[in-house]
Amino acid sequence: MNSKSNVYALILAGGKGSRMGNSEKPKQFLEICSKPIIIYTIEKFMLYNSFEKIIVLAPKQWVKTTEDIIAKYFPENDRIAVVCGGPTRNETILNGINYIEDNLSIDEDTIIVTHDAVRPFVTHRIITENIESAKKYGACDTVIPATDTIVVDDKNNFIDDIPDRSKMNQGQTPQSFKALTLKRHYQTLTSEEKEILTDACKIMLLKGEKVHLVQGEVFNIKITYPFDIKMATAILEG
Amino acid sequence: MLNTVYRLKSPRHFEVAFTDEQTTGKVIVRPLYLSICHADQRYYQGKRAKSVLDQKLPMALIHEGIGQVIFDDTNTFKIGQPVVMIPNMPNETNENIAENYLYSSKFRGSTIDGFMQEYICATPDRFVPLPEDIDLELAAFLEIVTVSYHAISRFMKIAHNNRKEIGVWGDGNLGFITALLLKYMLPDSRIYIFGVDSNKLADFTFADRCILVRDIPVNLKIDHAFECVGTAASANAIDQIIDTINPEGTVSILGVSEDRVPINTRMVLEKGLRFFGSSRSGREDYIGTINLLKDNPNILQYLHTLVGYIKNVRTINDIVDAFETDISKIKGKTIMKWEV
Repeated sequence: MNSKSNVYALILAGGKGSRMGNSEKPKQFLEICSKPIIIYTIEKFMLYNSFEKIIVLAPKQWVKTTEDIIAKYFPENDRIAVVCGGPTRNETILNGINYIEDNLSIDEDTIIVTHDAVRPFVTHRIITENIESAKKYGACDTVIPATDTIVVDDKNNFIDDIPDRSKMNQGQTPQSFKALTLKRHYQTLTSEEKEILTDACKIMLLKGEKVHLVQGEVFNIKITYPFDIKMATAILEG
Repeated sequence: MLNTVYRLKSPRHFEVAFTDEQTTGKVIVRPLYLSICHADQRYYQGKRAKSVLDQKLPMALIHEGIGQVIFDDTNTFKIGQPVVMIPNMPNETNENIAENYLYSSKFRGSTIDGFMQEYICATPDRFVPLPEDIDLELAAFLEIVTVSYHAISRFMKIAHNNRKEIGVWGDGNLGFITALLLKYMLPDSRIYIFGVDSNKLADFTFADRCILVRDIPVNLKIDHAFECVGTAASANAIDQIIDTINPEGTVSILGVSEDRVPINTRMVLEKGLRFFGSSRSGREDYIGTINLLKDNPNILQYLHTLVGYIKNVRTINDIVDAFETDISKIKGKTIMKWEV
């Protein structure tokens, strides 16, 4: 491992999976081909030797479970830390940055690569380009061109606008940032803004930062709905 | 560990697939440079028999490539170490049969997925460390160099010791590499190249003599021969070899032909010739080749002239572009800088 890379992975396992039918278990713990989704995701980041630490941010009640599952698949491993997430996605990211500040080392060049625990099909290229982009531009988002036409409603069941699809993209993860820049900008938000701004890239945009785009992959799917589990299983089983 | 595999689904069409690799006792290598071979093109262009394509596809292509160790459960390598990847995958050992000739062996890009993958996961013996100062673009096609090394090593065990003049038929990449290695592995022999294209022959600057096959002097004789032509042209090449070679000479066949090749057996018998075929290579050939390159760095300079088009590959469209460009090349190797 390159101990001076100054790059950290933040695996966001914060959600409880309320969209996953009746399942009480957060969706990252559901299994594809007998292995939890989150393990597939962590394995991808473990292969990337630039990460000084892989910080898994889990819901408060699921921290011990997350630790147990990780210990089962990665025994005697000191590259993974499980940290309690926050009430929102951005608070979760902030907890990750705070963990780096308190326990590891951080400076203005420190990069965090934030990734959904439920996107196990992320590739080496996407991770590489995220790190390169974040180092060069300060922030980046992973996207794929939108395939469906986007329709904006006027809140009264009528179309307000149909934006030019060629300019539309669908957001994926990772999203990567200079950690301290993101933290500073987040701290300047009002409570109301923090409620509305659910996407970390948007915080950077609102504060005048440029966010570079990294090309994602159509198969870098987020496992959100029961259908996605079937899709992921089909993808893996060929 | 989830691995993304880029398979040829049908001629000229690739698709993405995923495998879950078991990493216990294994080494994981991130491919860095991959080189396209004629065998890959035969699949890509659909030039293999339909029954073969139906049986083998979808399959990831490419059996020439190098990479970097990113995980090692066996503590054999340093993390980050550059290695050449061996495509032959033996499942047993045999004291009489080399690993690349065992029925039970698999071969990447032929019977199992080739190197067009996000990661290559295998036992440590399937990787050989590269010299630190070697050009990685050049090292991408080390596999074909090991094939020549393998054939010459076998030749040295089989052929009689009168090796004053050795002929190499074929002015393509394989002919160039085989002739070059012969020059260094048998420095006392005179190496003659027989080809059809005077422009290509002009690149064999290290050879003792280059001859157009339509102008072979009647009185020219060689002691042994290497056939590096392949395809339907093999028949003519082998005919010319039989006419030109001295009695009891040894003929090494390396060229691949999809069709059956007629051979003038009367003259083979009359001259008491030995024919032997060579295909692929094994771990000891990789080690031998790397040692040969370390001892003779000039070989690297010559090999570098074969580095042709280098394509940065991030997407399937880039893969297609590399294969399509490779089709129209005159000489040299097409290298994919693997960034998927």
